[in-house]
Amino acid sequence: MSAPDEKPKGRKWAIWLPLVLFGGFFVLVMNGLIRPAARDVESAMVGKPLPEFALPAATPDLPGLATADFKQGEPRLLNVFASWCVPCAAEAPQLDELRRVQVPIDGVAIRDREQDIARFLARYGNPFASIGKDDISEVQLGIGSSGVPETFVIDGNGIIRYQHIGPIMEGDVKTILVEFDKAREPL
Amino acid sequence: MIAEAGLALLWFAAAMALLQLFAAIMALRGGEGSSEYAGVVRPSAIVQGPLVALSFLMLMWLFIRTDLSVLLVAANSHSAKPFIFKLAGTWGNHEGSMLLWVTVMALSGSLVALVERRLPERTMIATLAAQAFVSLGFYAFLLFSSNPFERLPTPVPEGNGLNPLLQDIGLAFHPPTLYIGYVGLSVAFSFAVGALLTREVGPAFARAMRPWVLGSWIFLTIGITAGSYWAYYELGWGGWWFWDPVENASLMPWLAATALLHSASVLASRDALRTWTIMLGVVAFSMSMVGTFLVRSGILTSVHAFAVDPERGTFILALLTIYIGGALTLFGARASTVSEGKQFSLVSREAGLVFNNVMLSAILGIVLLGTLYPLLTEAFDTKVSVGPPYFNPVGAMFAIPMIVVMAVGPLLRWRRDSFDRIAKALILPAVLTAALLAGAVLLAPGIGLLPLLGLGLSLGLGVASILPLLGRDLRRTPLPTWGMVFGHLGLAVALFGMASESAFSTEKLVAANVGDVVEVGPWSIELTAIEPVAGPNWTALEATMTARYEDGAPVTLHPQSRNFTQPPQTTSESALSTRWNGQLYAVVGEEGLDGRWQLRLWWKPFVPMIWLGGLLIAFGGALSLLGRVLGDIRRGYQRRRIAMRRDERPHSRAVPEPAE
Repeated sequence: MSAPDEKPKGRKWAIWLPLVLFGGFFVLVMNGLIRPAARDVESAMVGKPLPEFALPAATPDLPGLATADFKQGEPRLLNVFASWCVPCAAEAPQLDELRRVQVPIDGVAIRDREQDIARFLARYGNPFASIGKDDISEVQLGIGSSGVPETFVIDGNGIIRYQHIGPIMEGDVKTILVEFDKAREPL
Repeated sequence: MIAEAGLALLWFAAAMALLQLFAAIMALRGGEGSSEYAGVVRPSAIVQGPLVALSFLMLMWLFIRTDLSVLLVAANSHSAKPFIFKLAGTWGNHEGSMLLWVTVMALSGSLVALVERRLPERTMIATLAAQAFVSLGFYAFLLFSSNPFERLPTPVPEGNGLNPLLQDIGLAFHPPTLYIGYVGLSVAFSFAVGALLTREVGPAFARAMRPWVLGSWIFLTIGITAGSYWAYYELGWGGWWFWDPVENASLMPWLAATALLHSASVLASRDALRTWTIMLGVVAFSMSMVGTFLVRSGILTSVHAFAVDPERGTFILALLTIYIGGALTLFGARASTVSEGKQFSLVSREAGLVFNNVMLSAILGIVLLGTLYPLLTEAFDTKVSVGPPYFNPVGAMFAIPMIVVMAVGPLLRWRRDSFDRIAKALILPAVLTAALLAGAVLLAPGIGLLPLLGLGLSLGLGVASILPLLGRDLRRTPLPTWGMVFGHLGLAVALFGMASESAFSTEKLVAANVGDVVEVGPWSIELTAIEPVAGPNWTALEATMTARYEDGAPVTLHPQSRNFTQPPQTTSESALSTRWNGQLYAVVGEEGLDGRWQLRLWWKPFVPMIWLGGLLIAFGGALSLLGRVLGDIRRGYQRRRIAMRRDERPHSRAVPEPAE
């Protein structure tokens, strides 16, 4: 074995190896830093169909969620939430109000754990017909959501018709109901 | 006024760093007045430390007073928080932790400028120029993008609290420990850059750098050990290492510093491995900066990231590019002009150290690759997470040969040796390892390959690590040798704990009524009660458990499921019962619908040895550092005496440098 110090002339390039590796690191993280910025194209998704997805169930009691569930002819709400998100707890009464006026709501739980979701639903009520578990934010990013909570109105053909960013507060319920009714008419 | 004073002190320190850099460049350029410029460099480095430290104290004061007109305090503190956590709130957030980073950096800069007199003055000025250049970037980061002293337009009535996971005494002092380790390596980095600039790479350079590397390494070791123990009992998952990006961020500088420590020893004693040592000097601090970047930028999702911000990530990335890119470019341009060090044969202590350096670097590469791999695949639109199935076996591929060489290496002589000479001494550890492997296969089949090898190698290494003391007069054995023995023994102890935990742990996840008895390993545990309790800023459901080890006396455990009020969050406070041969670990979970409680119980044989080993390693480092510093002081004293005598007798011959 030869020591790294004993450099025959042919190995001088090895001296530059650390710099090359650092260059690779730089490209990688630069890419990682820039891409999140490119992710929050939000309203650009309105009018477009839902991306294809099939999420596993987030709790044993409710089914998972797939794109096909949104092509049954009737509009639905899609709520992006997480048990670790405080504003999601704040919008729980409003979601419950929507559920009571017969608006079907499906949930996508972002980067969450089953027992935490169960605890969250037990504590704040469960307005969801089904909940998909999105551990890698694939659906969240696919439908142009940049954070939790966000709520989407999806029409009966699986087209995104309206996006509400942030928690649904008292005043937002009416807007969402209006958008929900509009979604009954196909585009 | 306190906030403004703190900010002013920070600006003043930044100005001194600029002066330090400017004066150092003028001094290095030579020409007229360069000696006057040179005279400015050290003092401007020395005053920075106290200035920034004072600024940090100002921030602490703001946190202690819970001054809610300051944005940072309002966002991270709360008047009802216990005093010690108000204090810890100072660095439990992005701005405060960056101020702590800069404080440690400025203090190390002061210290090195104050005490380091052995290197040629030109190298020293280049080193301080590098130190000033690095500091300036971090001052800029703090002042332009992370001002900790920013005021709110109107004070708020109450603060936002602090992440409850961080309200733990162990964790309160964990970040400062790690930061001292991270940032102490900046001195090694500056020495490496200074040596490259002036082409002065030799034993003197290694001796000057070594105490800094040792000191940082001790703090990193303690920091990682404490962090692992914290994750173990606070996160309530029963694991002690998760290969989480934040953990890896602290492990990578440690691996680089460990390699650097050993190669600096070769350079100091034998004048070999010059380029390699320089490179590791650059890489070690680079890993600290990369680690900080990964944690601070939030670019990787992590269970531990408490203070993340993608925009600041860009700033730190720019700093990384300037410093790491710059230093590695300098390395590429200059390293080939650094003259070769001394040669050595294939069987020698140097060769063993080189081998293990390469192994350590390989493990470092593996950890770095595994940490960044999710980013790499994300670039191609697949999300993956890399965990123990990758890190454990791939890391072990290099760790196992390293441990074997670690057992042999310290017995070898410098420069040239033969295996025949040491073969007799190695019979005992080899036989013990083989016996344990055979015994474990026969008596406890079903242990995984890695835990099995870990058990065997830990025993062999444990015995072999003491062998260098054989035949020595223990009272005259130098402290650094004791340090090496303790360090290597510590690794054996930690390895034994890790292997045992992974081979012999038993786990129970049960739903229990009050009054039920649960068996786990040799323990039987009765759930006697569940009652609500309240703390200063939390309420909790506390379980009372009576645990018996075989037929021993009962031990009472109190695990809690704790709800913090501000911000609202639930944490599980695990309860531990430690015996000489392991630890019982109990967590209480949710109440089920039928009124039964979820209990998670683990019996983990010898698991405390993981952290005991970590502390032994740090203790070894401390002995070694003490030995080096005392030696330096003694030699400095001798040098002055010799110089004085030479002044009295101007005709005496040149006196050789006192030996190390």
